[in-house]
Amino acid sequence: MEGTSVLKEKLSRGEFIVTAEIAPPKSASAEDFIARAEKMKGFADAYNVTDNQTAMVRLSSLAGSVMCLRMGMEPIMQIVCRDRNRIAMQSDVLGAHALGIRNILCLSGDHQSFGNQPDAKNVFDVDSTQQIMIFRKMTDEGRLWGGDEIKNPPRLCIGAATNPFGTPPRMHMLRTMNKLAAGSEFFQTQAVFDLDRFDEWMEDARRLNIHKKAGIIVGIIPLKTVRAAKFMIDNVPGTCVPDSVIERLSSAADPAAEGLRIAAETIEHVSSQKGVAGVHIMPINWYDSVGRLIEMTGLRPSL
Amino acid sequence: MIIGEQKPIQEIISSLGDREGIRILVVGCDSCMTVSLAGGKEEVRDLVHDLSAHSRREKLGWSIKGLTLKRQCEKKFTKEIAADVRNSDAVVSLGCGVGAQSMSETFPERRIIPGINTSNMGAPEKKGVFKEKCMGCGKCTIDTTAGICTLARCAKGLQNGPCGGSVNGKCELYPETDCAWYQVYTILEGRGELPEIPEPVPPKDWSRSHSGGVRTVKSKE
Repeated sequence: MEGTSVLKEKLSRGEFIVTAEIAPPKSASAEDFIARAEKMKGFADAYNVTDNQTAMVRLSSLAGSVMCLRMGMEPIMQIVCRDRNRIAMQSDVLGAHALGIRNILCLSGDHQSFGNQPDAKNVFDVDSTQQIMIFRKMTDEGRLWGGDEIKNPPRLCIGAATNPFGTPPRMHMLRTMNKLAAGSEFFQTQAVFDLDRFDEWMEDARRLNIHKKAGIIVGIIPLKTVRAAKFMIDNVPGTCVPDSVIERLSSAADPAAEGLRIAAETIEHVSSQKGVAGVHIMPINWYDSVGRLIEMTGLRPSL
Repeated sequence: MIIGEQKPIQEIISSLGDREGIRILVVGCDSCMTVSLAGGKEEVRDLVHDLSAHSRREKLGWSIKGLTLKRQCEKKFTKEIAADVRNSDAVVSLGCGVGAQSMSETFPERRIIPGINTSNMGAPEKKGVFKEKCMGCGKCTIDTTAGICTLARCAKGLQNGPCGGSVNGKCELYPETDCAWYQVYTILEGRGELPEIPEPVPPKDWSRSHSGGVRTVKSKE
């Protein structure tokens, strides 16, 4: 079993991390995935491969992660609790590790009613905290959750999601503390647009020493149009886009350029905050934006 | 209690078919379906009335009788209407899924048409509004979550806290539905019992739920 998580090494060295998100296509062709991944290659330290996000059936996160590896891109394989029970999850993780995947992001998953199979039965055998507990046991004790020994245990870097804009803030922070207690090594946050509210959250996170126990990687979404911003507000539960952002986009001659400027400013702002371990760029179909943001902010992945 | 709602009349009519001159028996239940306002005396009377109107309109010549049982889920009560069932050609049950099956088991020679869509184990919230409360997992732990079952009352059955979509105390699925975890949070906050760090709750033992197979419960001697 070769190789450990590069993400984990960089986090432990305190290097500023850039992660980027690849949404697999609704396609059975590797080329369609590779085309998306290629546009981001070289701009991030690790790449999240989403697991049927918004409950839309897409090419699997395991397959996408393997394709990333083949392209020399370190994947963060996302696994949601909506579609798999503990048997399938553990089996997938053993298989993923055998294929070279070292990073897992544990998520509850968007409810199927938001997706393209609203009639589906969901699983939710475990929740994301319990998912973390299971993968920790596999990694730390070399055992399956049921107790059986694993011949060659996986060595995983395990992360979770957190929403700095959930209300009431204390309730959502308690959930984050719960995931931290379960053993999450990093957190990727919901996209940040409201800097003041993010700063308040970050201050809270520092007070609770979250940043000392887990890398906080801050979510960034470049908005291409006002419509994209409004779509986020209406369709992504828990998103907070302040009026000032909407105004800047609507009054800009070139909204896409303005959207990139806003995202770049957000990156600069959050990266100057104490305790921020990195940024996580979610380009949402605007794959070229990742490279442009890296160029604008002068960030370079520590390849 | 069991919460159910009456099927649309068109669905019941379509199950009955268009045979002429048949005798139809509508069987309600004085228990949960009465409280659910779905299959009690009044709903039986209304369904008999509506089916009769349909029969007149379509010149089907149906004769329709309605009655209710104390508890349709118990065979000691379903047996009481053996003569009525014998004297009918079609039986519509306005009992819950359990009641309809108890009817089927008591009268295996009859096709029992379910007139109710059984929904959940819940309670009346206000007049005509019923909310799901329990999913029958077989291992109750609500004392650890402020008396709220988050398995039944959170859309994702989360056991360790809210999802990121809980906004202002509401569920991301339905804005009119309270987030179960928000309810837990506010109750614990009111009691001054919010933990500093909520201890991770390990994966649940589902073996006593339906996942463990069809359950038979035996009461103690």
